Amino acid sequence: MLGKLSLSAIPLDVPILVGTFIGVAVIGLAVLGAVTYYGKWGYLWREWLTTVDHKRLAVMYVILAIVMLFRGFADAIMMRTQLALAYKGNPGYLPPHHYDQIFSAHGTIMIFFMAMAFMTGLMNLVVPLQIGARDVAFPFLNSLSFYMTLVGALLINISLFIGEFAQCGWLVYPPLSEMQFSPGVGVDYYIWAVQISGVGTLLTGVNFFTTIVKMRAPGMGWMQMPVFTWTAFCTTVLIMVSFPVLTVTLALLSLDRYLGMHFFTNDAGGNVMLYLSMIWTWGHPEVYILVIPAFGVFSEVTATFSQKPLFGYKTMVYATCSIMVLSFVVWVHHFFTMGAGANVNTFFGIMTMIIAVPTGVKIYNWLFTMYKGRVEFTAPMYWTIGFMITFSIGGMTGVMMAMPAADWILHNSLFLIAHFHNVIIGGVYFGYIAGMGFWFPKAFGFKLNEAWGKRAFWCWFIGFYLAFVPLYILGLEGMTRRMNHYDNPDWYPWMLVAEAGAIVIACGIACQLTQLYVSIRDRNLPENLDLTGDPWNGRTLEWAISSPPPAYNFAVIPDIHGLDTFHTEKQLGLKAHGKPLAPIHMPKNTSAGVFIGLFAFLFGFASIWYIWWLAAISLIGIVATMILRSANRDVDYYVPVSEIEHNEEVYSRRIAAAQAAE
Amino acid sequence: MAHEATMSPLAHADDHHGEHHETPNVFGFWLYLMTDCILFGSIFAAFAVLRNQFAGGPSGKELFDLTNVGIETAILLFSSITYGFASLNAMAKNKTMVLLWLAVTFVLGASFVGLELNEFSSMIAEGNGPDRSAFLSAFFTLVGTHGLHVTCGLIWMLVLMVQMMGPQDLSERMMNKLTCLSLFWHFLDIVWICVFSFVYLAGVM
Repeated sequence: MLGKLSLSAIPLDVPILVGTFIGVAVIGLAVLGAVTYYGKWGYLWREWLTTVDHKRLAVMYVILAIVMLFRGFADAIMMRTQLALAYKGNPGYLPPHHYDQIFSAHGTIMIFFMAMAFMTGLMNLVVPLQIGARDVAFPFLNSLSFYMTLVGALLINISLFIGEFAQCGWLVYPPLSEMQFSPGVGVDYYIWAVQISGVGTLLTGVNFFTTIVKMRAPGMGWMQMPVFTWTAFCTTVLIMVSFPVLTVTLALLSLDRYLGMHFFTNDAGGNVMLYLSMIWTWGHPEVYILVIPAFGVFSEVTATFSQKPLFGYKTMVYATCSIMVLSFVVWVHHFFTMGAGANVNTFFGIMTMIIAVPTGVKIYNWLFTMYKGRVEFTAPMYWTIGFMITFSIGGMTGVMMAMPAADWILHNSLFLIAHFHNVIIGGVYFGYIAGMGFWFPKAFGFKLNEAWGKRAFWCWFIGFYLAFVPLYILGLEGMTRRMNHYDNPDWYPWMLVAEAGAIVIACGIACQLTQLYVSIRDRNLPENLDLTGDPWNGRTLEWAISSPPPAYNFAVIPDIHGLDTFHTEKQLGLKAHGKPLAPIHMPKNTSAGVFIGLFAFLFGFASIWYIWWLAAISLIGIVATMILRSANRDVDYYVPVSEIEHNEEVYSRRIAAAQAAE
Repeated sequence: MAHEATMSPLAHADDHHGEHHETPNVFGFWLYLMTDCILFGSIFAAFAVLRNQFAGGPSGKELFDLTNVGIETAILLFSSITYGFASLNAMAKNKTMVLLWLAVTFVLGASFVGLELNEFSSMIAEGNGPDRSAFLSAFFTLVGTHGLHVTCGLIWMLVLMVQMMGPQDLSERMMNKLTCLSLFWHFLDIVWICVFSFVYLAGVM
């Protein structure tokens, strides 16, 4: 009846998990209680949960990403603490079985549910606004994508309290992840969480590609597109080409596990290296899926706060596209030691080094944008400069490992761990936080607190170097990754430094939380309010409308004459397009995404625990909801001109108030 | 599922000039098909790696019955032609004929799936199931994924036929759906031609 599920699946014997569960339950009940107490369920359901508005979905994505950041960081600091303790006679406080789940969950959560969710959130908020569109091409699919991501995140977190998580790393390499060696449900949790959220990501890719190709404002040619939109475009291409490969790879692994097939098993002709090749065919583009939009953020931030047009717009576009293409011909550098032979390794080594060229072009473009600019050192600018330094170092250690000969020494050592955290924290995370600070006023109508933002930056920046420079050194000293315990006295002091770094980063996260709290508390102070919709003297279209924008974004779709049209018109004092208002055709909210998400969750959970009747019912539920949705004709409405006029009038009054205040 | 509400107003303006514009739905569906193509490409790649890993089990030469596969192929290709007739009638707004040709296509598609299931079950009954060897795992997965797609196409076809019944004319929305399903159906044909050539023919020769 309940498949493999029984009461013994709940790890009551692990005090850390019981404590976490109580914490999560208390916070969860408090949130639910607060919503009930203030009678906000109806509001939450109508305005948020069933929304198809890209701006609201963006907010929900970013909230999910921040919650997942806490989870992923909790895993990180537990690992660092274990290694600061587990030296010589001390076994530390995490037994290997638990420790292995933590490092697997840390990577999985940070990549799939922190970084991907954050990236999708930024894309959702900014892309339609930057191209002058009223929403994305497929608003319902956008809501569905969010729920798929959310379901994946829920499944992975439920594995904490019911059953276990995978113990074979964030990419669950076989044969360790095969039934023979991982008979528990951990790998199944991984597979279903990633598969379901992968469907959401793939739909996001199709959705945003269509949006950017088909829905740009009149006059916006390819070379008039803002750089962030260009980077989002390249990311959607990477998503569409690489995610199907991930889907297949994990599907083949699940066929091995569920139906006893032999794709990656040790016996009956299975081939483990096929898995590695396939997973990294997705995996390497994936890191560019994450970092390319961050490059877009840095481009917008640098140009805006240097008060200059971006230096080398065209080279920036070409560099982004080159990286997009090259990211597909480097995957073997993740397993040079596989023994593919000197020629194959040489090819992939050279290709990997070549990627540094367009990336270098970008770094110089940002530097030249700042050169002789009137640079405003806001918090997003701090993150940007911190990125340029940190990412350059990370890039160079990457080029070091691109040499197959060096990689044979450094493979799977802590040097590798230091390298990819160097580019992912220094590139991806710094970028997303810069983007969050930059676009926060657009989403909510008030700015984030600067002082706390800068404190957060310094903690992260210093904490990062304290935590990861020791890892470079340890890697060169021969320490491998995923160790639970060690005896080498030379490693011990560096591990203590790395632990200190993790604690400084924890302070950085605390500063970010404080920043959010302080900013919300002081949101109505005149210096924090964004009345004009253009708090930074911005260059692109999203700053041409009120903050937060109305559901339809643009009362009239703007005409575009060139790059940074909005900024040029602002300089020339041009105002109001003078086009007559017309009723605006908009999509209605829908609960179909919520229900498909619910069924997908049940389907995933049932498949993990072999509860086949439930899996069948929820699959039917998914298909039935899709069919009902496709039969629904009542999916749109018109915003009447009177309402648009009213909104426009309120906006003009806000602008007038802002001018009076100056 | 998709929504033209948010399309740029430019596209609507152009419609007045009588130009034919591809809707975002059909464009988006093309993109989805391309991702599906990569999905099949990955499974083909896995098959290419594992195709000689018999692990002491039977090879394609001993297992495949080309007559049966030939009939399957003919049925599937023929169903593409009948779908084409449905599309032509849809353009002529002849709803009854659309329903009729879709019904013929459905019967052909269902027979294809039936023949495939028959082939699978007889192989499994002889002990040559997907768990026998890596070759058979890859074979069942590749052919089965195609069969699963055809089955989804059949369900989709049935839903469209039900939605089309009733007195109303063929709406723009329905035409888009018919176009998407037609792309899907023809795409599955192309995939099948690859399956037939690289799995069955190459396996027997």
